[in-house]
Amino acid sequence: MSTTTAPTATKHWSGGKSPFNVEYGKLMMWYFLMSDAFTFGAFLISYGTTRFATNGWPNPNEVFNSFPLAPEGVHAPLVFVSIMTFILIISSVTMVLAVHAGHNMDKKGVVKYLIWTIIGGLAFLGCQAWEWTHLFHEGAWWGRNPFPNADGTISTTNFTNFFFTITGFHGFHVFSGVVINVIMLIMTLQNKFENRGHYLMIEKAGLYWHFVDLVWVFVFTCFYLL
Amino acid sequence: MEHTSAVLHQDHNVGGGKKEIVRVTVILSVLTIVELILGFIMMGMDEGFLKHFIKGAIVILMLAKAFYIVGYFMHLKHELRNLIMTIVVPLFLFVWFIIAFLSDGNSYKNLRNTYDRFHYDHSQMKMEKKEPESKGKEEKHGEMN
Repeated sequence: MSTTTAPTATKHWSGGKSPFNVEYGKLMMWYFLMSDAFTFGAFLISYGTTRFATNGWPNPNEVFNSFPLAPEGVHAPLVFVSIMTFILIISSVTMVLAVHAGHNMDKKGVVKYLIWTIIGGLAFLGCQAWEWTHLFHEGAWWGRNPFPNADGTISTTNFTNFFFTITGFHGFHVFSGVVINVIMLIMTLQNKFENRGHYLMIEKAGLYWHFVDLVWVFVFTCFYLL
Repeated sequence: MEHTSAVLHQDHNVGGGKKEIVRVTVILSVLTIVELILGFIMMGMDEGFLKHFIKGAIVILMLAKAFYIVGYFMHLKHELRNLIMTIVVPLFLFVWFIIAFLSDGNSYKNLRNTYDRFHYDHSQMKMEKKEPESKGKEEKHGEMN
């Protein structure tokens, strides 16, 4: 493998073309996402460290056990958050389809799938807003934790602090992603990309959007499942 | 490495097209559903080997999902090997981060439980459920004595 790649790979470094064979903006988006991955990673590792350093921890199935319009006292853990997860996965898929349509210079397809992606993002944000409101009304907020540990002992506020900080930071990313996608939609409708001759901008927005989905995979697992 | 030399800039990362998108979507959905099933299975479980085993399985599924999102949705798998390496190699720092920090947290907990009796006793106190108002100080003190 290495013997075959070495001569062909060096061609990219002999000047005249991008050594990574991607345009500048896309490469920088990758590097930005890598740095963002370290930010989220730091958050999640500090969460994990605190959890390992604490004697008890609230049971997520006792905390996140409701969904909108549910009757009082219903116990439905994982139901609402799995809906949120699927919303984000599906919106990621529609984003891939938008990028795919962009490759084929299919403006109609890009518009259609971008709109679906934006709807998915807004739906996710709506779900999160509902969940935050629900938890707030149960007495949970930064610095306040009404939930006992799984074994019934007194819990610390670390649980709510980390939950609101990390899901909030992720929600902020979703929000920025929606804003970026709206801008992409406007630019597509203004024929900006059509005139440019390529839809590479959609790819960069797509990278960001997939990253948001990727982070949710980790946040969802760390907070709701483990 | 078939796309290294002659392939043009724009179409080097078209990938497998719609078929691949559908395939990856199905894989991601199935992995998520399996994760959720495991989550439901371990819901009523006591702490123990089996629960830790399931948690490990969930983490592996999570990493598999991450692989499919980054590799196929973000097209990293279809990029040049050099680009893949500049993105992926730094992320291996996380291996050290996770091992170092989590074991540090665990060690801190053990030291504190051993040498800080007040902390340990405090963390064994029960918290009264129901009524956010009444689970205040007086009940905690009642439990402790």
